[in-house]
Amino acid sequence: MAKAFFGGVHPNDMKAATHEKAIEQLAPPKQVIIPMSMHFGAPCTPIVQKGDHVKLGQKIGETKGLGAPIHASVSGTVVAVEPRPFSMGGNIMSVVIDNDFQDELSEEVVAPADPDLLSVEEMIEVVKNAGIVGMGGATFPTHVKISGGIGQVDTVIINGAECEPYITGDHRAMLERPEQIIGGCCFLAKMFGVDKVIIGVEMNKQNGIDSLNKKIEEMNAPVVVQPLHTRYPQGGEKQLCQAITGKQVPPGGLPSAIGCAVFNINSVCSIYKAMTTGMPVVRKVVTVSGSGVVEPKNIECPIGTPIGLLFDACGGLKDETFKIIAGGPMMGMAQYTADISVAKGTGSLLAFAGDENKVSDNPTCIRCGRCVEACPMHLEPLYLYMYVQKKNVDALNDAHIMDCMECGACAYICPGRLHLTQSFKAGKQLVKDDAAKKKAAAEAAKAAEEKKGA
Amino acid sequence: MTGDYKALKLIASSNPHIRNNEDTRSIMLDVIIALCPALAWSVFRFGFRALIAALVSVGSALCWEWAYRKVLNKPQMLGDLSAAVTGLLLSMVCPVTLPYWMLVIGNFFAIVVVKQLYGGLGKNFMNPALAGRAALVACYASQMTSWIAPGEKAPLSMINADVVTAATPMAMMGEDFAGLTVKYGVRDMFVGLIGGSAGEISAMMLLIGGLYLIWRKVISWHIPVAYIGTVALLALITTPAGSSPLTYMAYSVFGGGLMLGAFFMATDYVTSPVTKKGQLIFGVGCGLLTVFIRKFGSFPEGVCYSILLMNCTVWIIDQHVKPIRFGVDPEKEKAKKAEEKAKKKEAAAK
Repeated sequence: MAKAFFGGVHPNDMKAATHEKAIEQLAPPKQVIIPMSMHFGAPCTPIVQKGDHVKLGQKIGETKGLGAPIHASVSGTVVAVEPRPFSMGGNIMSVVIDNDFQDELSEEVVAPADPDLLSVEEMIEVVKNAGIVGMGGATFPTHVKISGGIGQVDTVIINGAECEPYITGDHRAMLERPEQIIGGCCFLAKMFGVDKVIIGVEMNKQNGIDSLNKKIEEMNAPVVVQPLHTRYPQGGEKQLCQAITGKQVPPGGLPSAIGCAVFNINSVCSIYKAMTTGMPVVRKVVTVSGSGVVEPKNIECPIGTPIGLLFDACGGLKDETFKIIAGGPMMGMAQYTADISVAKGTGSLLAFAGDENKVSDNPTCIRCGRCVEACPMHLEPLYLYMYVQKKNVDALNDAHIMDCMECGACAYICPGRLHLTQSFKAGKQLVKDDAAKKKAAAEAAKAAEEKKGA
Repeated sequence: MTGDYKALKLIASSNPHIRNNEDTRSIMLDVIIALCPALAWSVFRFGFRALIAALVSVGSALCWEWAYRKVLNKPQMLGDLSAAVTGLLLSMVCPVTLPYWMLVIGNFFAIVVVKQLYGGLGKNFMNPALAGRAALVACYASQMTSWIAPGEKAPLSMINADVVTAATPMAMMGEDFAGLTVKYGVRDMFVGLIGGSAGEISAMMLLIGGLYLIWRKVISWHIPVAYIGTVALLALITTPAGSSPLTYMAYSVFGGGLMLGAFFMATDYVTSPVTKKGQLIFGVGCGLLTVFIRKFGSFPEGVCYSILLMNCTVWIIDQHVKPIRFGVDPEKEKAKKAEEKAKKKEAAAK
């Protein structure tokens, strides 16, 4: 029986352009630009300098606090350590490496002698050192999720929903690398001490489900595949937990609050690679698609590859291209420049040159209620929008604007073409600013009181 | 192009980057399409005056909207077709013999007073077409309640020519239900071989249009089913002595403006609740009021006023019927709120 969450929308999945195309290896790039912030948390500190020689898999960015280390994705010479444009917005400190095409492996890359003999702590250490993050785009450090979840988590869920249109990287991995996925699942089962790991896959990937099931049988692995209805945002962490367990994550909480931990298929593959070969995250499968791309493809490339090279490998872009997106069409980030490079969370690169940009001269709410039905967090976007327009912070709080995960379902479905998601980003900032102001005022009042008392 | 992508002019707007094909204009167009069977039936029964009246009404609605926004220097939005829908609906809820100029006045009230003065599309709190009808009833009571006899064709002339008038089924229903069943069979009521407003006579044609709207997902079943269901249920209970409850129910449902109201007026997005649960409450409320007005009011028909009255409750319904917040157990939340209230009371008592 397929399962699903409540709400959501059904955009045309557009996956036919690439879902039958095997993952291609990109010709080694001359230069890679590796951003120092590819995870949720504080940016890494670069530990190499201009002129240094680095080897493949060598650690070049060290993390402090919440984060994951960053490794060289090619061997060669560091030619610059400076801020460069970044796919998640703005400029970020990056290490620029000229490739020497030797792919000389770093001594730091050591495969565990027998991964099956590792203790849980050792396994987490391997995951941490490999720089694995949530590669669906959220980029939360995986080792933190594991160590924080042990003891609380009884349901380990692998996110193979791939609900964003166009993206087919996870689908291809299911077909081409099922042993990595199932193998990674086995390690996770061991770490969490659970007897079964659940992989949720949308039903538009039936052959992917079959491929995984075949491998599970072959390996006799403690893994089950749960088919899910094709509906966006089925791959949202909270929606996936709801679909699979029937339980809802409390507001502001993490899935561990209901005993769940969710990992992306890509991250699971990376765990498998780290455990068996010691190789950190240095490569990424990227779906290059959209109406602006001449020949859409799934391409695997070193992290830090300039995106222009991926477009080149797909026959280039059409001249009418008006939008380049890092990530999916629903939650991805539109880029103001093509000078960015592939990061750990870049699952797809889209270029649009058709009629995707549907805007209205006079966006008008007709109160149709489609957004209320679509909202997977059960909010009322039309009222949130009204409160943002009025800058009414109290009403925004009462309407739980902070529950919004900016999935874009409401704006997608809106017949009035309102800029809903955009306004909620602004609204959340209003709420945050207001809270900070109130906190500062309270502290000032407290300080004044203490002064008086003294 | 390959190699260098610097020449591209890129839009860096917020997500989502794709939008559904459906927009306000396509929705309104669907409503117009859904009204066509009823309009065609109206022309078939009443003659071409019904079509001319519809065109005059749509034209004047568009003109009023254009003129208002021109005078106030606001962007023109005739392309969304919402004014056209209002005009078409207004012509369908008026007697076909109504002088054309009265339609123009009715549209003035609907478009300028009810819709634009409140801020235009999406801001009005009453259904413009029904409010326009209510205004016309207040201003021109006799013209708004003179019905051409079934089977007669209305003259095309500008002024209201002498026509043979007859009581509508709704008027007869209150006074002499047995007599009504002799005059018109259930089939006459369903197919539309009766008298009444231009667009309301054929329950069958309206049902076809309504089902089209549901199939196209323009409207959901909640309001029509709650509305018609309530009327039907109450009809079973309030059947006059000596009549079959089922027959009475059929006449209650097929007669008057119920079908037109339930599928095309009460479902107006702007003036109905946004949640499905709220829509059910709204539909039941419309049904109750319709039956009360029909039974106890001084008008034989109550669809128009019941929807207008319920329109005024939409804000309250929306405030109280909200989706359950994700991740919150409603039972626990209720208990928590009750506890807080009790604590507050205690504190106040102290």
